Amino acid sequence: MLAITDLHAAIDGKAILNGLTLSVGAGEVHAIMGPNGAGKSTLGYVLAGRAGYEVTGGSVTLDGAELLALDAHERAAAGLFLGLQYPVEIPGVSNLTFLRTALNAQRRARGEAEASGAEFMRLARAEADALGLSLEMLKRPVNVGFSGGEKKRNEMVQMAVLAPKLAVLDETDSGLDIDALRVVADGINRMRSPERATLLITHYQRLLDYVVPDRVHVLVAGRIVRSGGPELARELEASGYALDQAA
Amino acid sequence: MSALPTRRDEAWRYSDLAAVERAWPLPEPVRLDVPAGASERRSIVQDGDATVVDTLVAAVGAGASLALDILAMGGDFGRVAVEVTLAEGARLEVNGVVLADGTATREIVTSVTHAEPGAVSRQVVRSVLAGTATGSFLGKVAVTRGAQKTDAVQSVKALLLSRGATANAKPELEIFADDVKCAHGATVGELDANALFYLASRGVPYAEARALLTQAFIADALVGAPDLAERAAAWLRRVA
Ligand SMILES: Nc1ncnc2c1ncn2[C@@H]1O[C@H](COP(=O)(O)OP(=O)(O)OP(=O)(O)O)[C@@H](O)[C@H]1O
Ligand SMILES: [Mg+2]
Repeated sequence: MLAITDLHAAIDGKAILNGLTLSVGAGEVHAIMGPNGAGKSTLGYVLAGRAGYEVTGGSVTLDGAELLALDAHERAAAGLFLGLQYPVEIPGVSNLTFLRTALNAQRRARGEAEASGAEFMRLARAEADALGLSLEMLKRPVNVGFSGGEKKRNEMVQMAVLAPKLAVLDETDSGLDIDALRVVADGINRMRSPERATLLITHYQRLLDYVVPDRVHVLVAGRIVRSGGPELARELEASGYALDQAA
Repeated sequence: MSALPTRRDEAWRYSDLAAVERAWPLPEPVRLDVPAGASERRSIVQDGDATVVDTLVAAVGAGASLALDILAMGGDFGRVAVEVTLAEGARLEVNGVVLADGTATREIVTSVTHAEPGAVSRQVVRSVLAGTATGSFLGKVAVTRGAQKTDAVQSVKALLLSRGATANAKPELEIFADDVKCAHGATVGELDANALFYLASRGVPYAEARALLTQAFIADALVGAPDLAERAAAWLRRVA
């Protein structure tokens, strides 16, 4: 599903990703862990095509398509979703308008029929219910006045409605209380299917108790330095990154 | 107005005086009387390429209300000037939007006099400026002696879509009563790059994202005038 080969990227001329290689197969969930400042969020932004994140080498394919040749909005239509570590507030634009505009833009780009008002509302209401956000909240401006946990649930509502092929979730579990963590984990698990893949960026074993990953990778200084099964996450929780950073 | 304005006239300090001279003499002001207890809603829309100056002089009677919806999106030089006098307990709403691109200069100039106690004025002005256009709002609020319990608010915001565009905001308060509430705020900003990326990352093309964010920006000023909001939206979809 996702194949990243020897990816190099820089911000303001400063190298952040330094030869990152990673493959995630269809139907798989992989976790990326690593110390603060290692480049985890940068990887997410580079995949999503954020301006200012300059790719200086390497390649990325999503379901066979050259991701790096596409504009940010085209990447979304091609099936990429990035759940943000810090979701953005947009005063004056309701969550419903935001989401409907996004869904229909993606459908247009793929040559599909747009969702009618009724179809969209059914979809949004069902996913909001499943993630414990009220319809009232979806009528409010995007993330404005939302608590940290509500913002993360809102990211999950967006993911569920947009139904991407690959979801990259950047610390979606940070700042969640125990109940919210379970709700969000259920949301991720509900999306698991043989046609989809998920890349979880996380600092904590907690999330991985609920969403058991196929593989766990350690990202240090812009590269994957170690990979393993789910047990690697538990091992890191006990030992930290000292060994990987020294290597 | 009997003589050409000059740069020394406060109310014309940001105007395109050469355009004014070419268009001289200006049309007579439109006069409007809102009788005591009545309520009136008016809109002023400037469109097209020619220099255009509209002047409205209004008197709002005791307990009466006047709502003005203004859309200044026309003229190489476009100016909407409004002079309103409020009697006791009168209410005025000014909802203004200035849209300008290319080399246009467009402005809304208001002068509101709270002549008697207990009148309320609410002015909301939003400007979206592109190219090397200039958009200005000059808002003078005068509270005469004895106009106690005056409540006057101005909210003025401008959004610059390009480096070359200019926004001017000049609030002016002249208060001769002591028990009054007058508030004004003015900001100038650019489109939020984080919001643009957020929309793009969800699949919304940049042009559509910019149109959506700029429409949200002016929405406060045109809630009561859906037809004007639609005309503004069409402009934003084309220009933003
Ligand atoms: N806009 C920027 N300008 C300059 N440097 C940046 C910018 N954004 C990130 N960096 C730097 O890039 C490096 C990687 O940052 P990134 O946010 O990807 O780390 P992270 O692994 O996600 O960390 P965390 O676990 O704290 O979220 C850091 O050293 C950071 O300071
Ligand atoms: Mg991060």
